[in-house]
Amino acid sequence: MIRVVLPHHLRVLANVGAEVELDVQGPVTPNTVLDALEEKYPMLKGTIRDHVSKKRRDFLRFFVCETDISHDPQDAPLPEAVASGAEPFYVVGAVAGG
Amino acid sequence: MSKVRVLVGTKKGAFICTADGKRTNWNIEGPYFGGWEMYHLKGSPADPNVIYASQSSSWFGQVIQRSDDGGKTWNTPGSTEEERMTMFGFPGGESNKFVYDGLAGTHKTFDGTEVPWVFKRVWHLEPSFDDPHTVLAGVEDAALFKSSNGGKTWEEISGLRKHTTGKDWQPGAGGMCLHTILVDPKNPNRIYVAISAAGAFRSDDGGATWKPINKGLISNFMPDPDAEVGHCVHRIAFHPSNPERLFMQKHWDVMRSDNAGDEWVEVSGNLPSDFGFPIDVHAHEPETIYVVPIKSDAEHFVPDGKLRVYRSRTGGNEWEPLTNGLPQRDCYVNVLREAMAVDRLDDCGIYFGTTSGEVYVSPDGGDHWSPIGEHFPSVLSVEVQTLP
Repeated sequence: MIRVVLPHHLRVLANVGAEVELDVQGPVTPNTVLDALEEKYPMLKGTIRDHVSKKRRDFLRFFVCETDISHDPQDAPLPEAVASGAEPFYVVGAVAGG
Repeated sequence: MSKVRVLVGTKKGAFICTADGKRTNWNIEGPYFGGWEMYHLKGSPADPNVIYASQSSSWFGQVIQRSDDGGKTWNTPGSTEEERMTMFGFPGGESNKFVYDGLAGTHKTFDGTEVPWVFKRVWHLEPSFDDPHTVLAGVEDAALFKSSNGGKTWEEISGLRKHTTGKDWQPGAGGMCLHTILVDPKNPNRIYVAISAAGAFRSDDGGATWKPINKGLISNFMPDPDAEVGHCVHRIAFHPSNPERLFMQKHWDVMRSDNAGDEWVEVSGNLPSDFGFPIDVHAHEPETIYVVPIKSDAEHFVPDGKLRVYRSRTGGNEWEPLTNGLPQRDCYVNVLREAMAVDRLDDCGIYFGTTSGEVYVSPDGGDHWSPIGEHFPSVLSVEVQTLP
């Protein structure tokens, strides 16, 4: 079971609380976590990654285990602490005004 | 008694304001989608309970919302639990997906270099006259999309973007946006669009092919006085009874065409400034038009600290300031291109919203104004529905 923490606006859009739980089959990577997130909450398609290229949107960041992994390959395995559910996968809105 | 529903899009959410035909006592609901930029909301002429909304964010991208109950509740089309459970339900999330047809290619940017076409947001939603599930969307980077299933999925009408001039279009300061969509009510195959800063275009075959209609426009920022494209058109309006007569607020200049855009003449006349964004037409007087002059392209606020709507009853050239009820000192607001609308009551109401968050109404064609609300977030768009 994977835990994902979403920013406020995406919680409202998906009608969920601060944290959602997902089942991910196979390797646990940012892309497989986000695939499972979008499968369960399809209204989030396009809000975190581009619809087609799957590239992370510019003003979003991915944090795990107190580390910013935003610029790491999105197919790289996530730490065991995230794969086991001990630590969440954070989707964070960048501080960029507004 | 008839009533009106005013749809206000702001930089931090949407508001729905309702009143009876007197338009003096207003009920304000919202914010809907608080914190998001609501570029445009528009109701279906075929079913006024159906309202489409463009919800946008630099962080989270584009979301399309639809209400089927006059704005009380909203859904991302195709993503409700009920629809996903049906055999014929569309995959959720497709309602937010605007993908250019084929290879997107490149267009010019500010420094003249070529950059890829990238979808950014929906600026304008134009529901069909006769089908509540058909709606056009004007987007940035400039293109026209259509949904025939209530916003569940979108397809590009790509003949426009693939016009031979497309590679030469470039953005205005607000982005390369397709902001104006006018469908001829007498001939739905005739569609007008306007793009900043490419210009105006017309299709006579339902969107398959397009021609630039910019003859007579003069843009001082371009050396070629006969440039076919590159003009920063801010808004176009027509009266449904005479859809060949177009009125345009350009970057500078207020223009009129009497032949469906084939040729334009300037009708700025005695305006204190002919720079501005919105332009609209009285519901029952096809020659009565409204603009809000702004001081200049460098100073986007009203001249002399006075908020004045200007009205021409002669289709341009002769203008009168409308000031009763509007601030006439120390006022430095702007009114954006989507932020003016007219209702269709017998005594036509005029509405506009400002960048400092006021929404005003005149229930008598502009003679007297009063605020519907004075403390909204910065207003991006105003539309009005006239209800039975």
